[in-house]
Amino acid sequence: MEVVRISRLEFSYGELFSVRADSLAVEEGEVLTLLGPNGSGKTTLLKCINALLKASGAISICGRDIRSYTRNELSRAIGYVPQAHAPSFPFTVFDVVLMGRVSYLNIFQQPSKADYMKAEEALSTVGISSMRDRVYTNISGGERQLVLIARAIAQEPRLLLLDEPTAHLDFRNQITTLETVKRLSRERRIGVVMSLHDPNHALLYSDQIALMKGGKILHKGPPGEVVNEETIEEVYGLPVEMIGHSGRKFILPKV
Amino acid sequence: MPKRKLLLSLLILLPFPILIASLFIGTYPIDPLTVLSMIAKRISDPYGASPWPEVYDTIVFNVRLPRVLLALVGGLALSVSGASLQGVFRNPLVDSYILGVSAGAGLGAALGIAYLSDVPGSVQALSFTMGFIAFFTTYTVAKSKGETPTISLVLAGVIVTALFSALLSIIKFFTEAEKLAGVVYWMMGSLAVTGWGPLSQAAPLVLLGFAVIFLMRWRINVLSLGDEEAKALGVNVERDRFIVLLASTLMVSAFVSVAGIIGWIGLVVPHTVRMLLATPDNRVVIPVSASLGAVFLMVADDLARSVVSFELPVGVITTLVGAPFFLYLLKMRGGSAWK
Repeated sequence: MEVVRISRLEFSYGELFSVRADSLAVEEGEVLTLLGPNGSGKTTLLKCINALLKASGAISICGRDIRSYTRNELSRAIGYVPQAHAPSFPFTVFDVVLMGRVSYLNIFQQPSKADYMKAEEALSTVGISSMRDRVYTNISGGERQLVLIARAIAQEPRLLLLDEPTAHLDFRNQITTLETVKRLSRERRIGVVMSLHDPNHALLYSDQIALMKGGKILHKGPPGEVVNEETIEEVYGLPVEMIGHSGRKFILPKV
Repeated sequence: MPKRKLLLSLLILLPFPILIASLFIGTYPIDPLTVLSMIAKRISDPYGASPWPEVYDTIVFNVRLPRVLLALVGGLALSVSGASLQGVFRNPLVDSYILGVSAGAGLGAALGIAYLSDVPGSVQALSFTMGFIAFFTTYTVAKSKGETPTISLVLAGVIVTALFSALLSIIKFFTEAEKLAGVVYWMMGSLAVTGWGPLSQAAPLVLLGFAVIFLMRWRINVLSLGDEEAKALGVNVERDRFIVLLASTLMVSAFVSVAGIIGWIGLVVPHTVRMLLATPDNRVVIPVSASLGAVFLMVADDLARSVVSFELPVGVITTLVGAPFFLYLLKMRGGSAWK
């Protein structure tokens, strides 16, 4: 089943910059990566899919027009992981994850036992139960990213959106995060759309890649078809070579 | 954690002993034991003949009790509104007056004192109304394209405060000296009101606002993540934040309209609570702020009517206690009073 389908989407920031996506679709359990340099429109496209920005054209989520959803319903269908940042208040990790349940509660309701269990479950699904009582403002960037993923899982979404989940993370944490995302999409049949800027990460963890530049999708399809020396050079404006090693492909800059 | 539960229950119950003790204090000397037996008698046998002079009854139940209850309600209003606004604005230095409510209420009160002093209740009605007008002005100015970014709200609040203060200055300038003194005294804040009237005007509105914020205490946690994140999690940010602002303004305007401007409680109390309990979780910060705010204002008012032979304005005392305490916090915590 398709969790998201986009057709003829367009969003403009005044006349200066606009983002377009003519057609994109993600099945459940599938990972789509938006790959491109800074300012290519990846974040904008993610925000349009989550209705944080109102774009023209059509988006359907689980087969239903996005405009027919209320904000509550949409947040039960779409989990959103923003770029990790330092929040203003030192909540515990558990409290942050529990907030993922807000779309299931009305304005005057407090989280119930069932919501607590869902939050615990999300922590253990991501594998960070041991962090539950730590203070969110005192943990590392990599740990925060996992907490935000757990919070999104507590939303029980069909579609997960991640905005540069590997930004500011060290070598190991980048891989841990991407492994977690891939595993969740497989285990829970969640559709994933994430933005990345490292072509090698995209090659390792995507079922589909959309290469973006200047607000447009230039190429899309399975990694083996989309990523080659010409397309990466075209998008990043940098000469690269592609090498194969133990059955995988890697992009290296020509320097 | 049973120890934490015990601490929480103690903090929540603290206003009750303070309320009783505050009834002992006043210029007319009545022995605390007598006050206690009077209270016991009132509760056990409210209609029986009283063995004490009638003036005792009047002083304890019609002068001191409504005043202490007004302090309780006011302390609750100011600290809960401070705590909730700090949450929705994600800013530790915001208090209940940031939206221009105090300046509006001040202007309303000045108008009432200067021009309508012979109409009973006009001062309260005008200051309540103007406090609300100031809030709506701030909110309308800050709103553009259906959104009200936090920074716009804070800036609009500053501008509206400046505007209303300027209007207040004009009124003061044209007011005769005798009435001017009344305006100045009102601006300092005082609980020296008589009888049950002011309390019965303010308390229902304060409790209504409190009920709303108390029910939204967990949602305020989510709002404190910031607009976009809260929205992505499924919160109707515009609506929910507006309800918090409205409830907060209702509480503050209702209290300020009968007691004038009493400062610093909305800053000092929520901060102290967050440090004391070592959590920013509004599910406990809101109720405990309500209780400690009530205690703070009751104690401040006890001081106002007992340290010197005449009455000090209680607003001066809360500022004298609050401002140095805040300086201390800032210095000790290197400016990050959250952690």
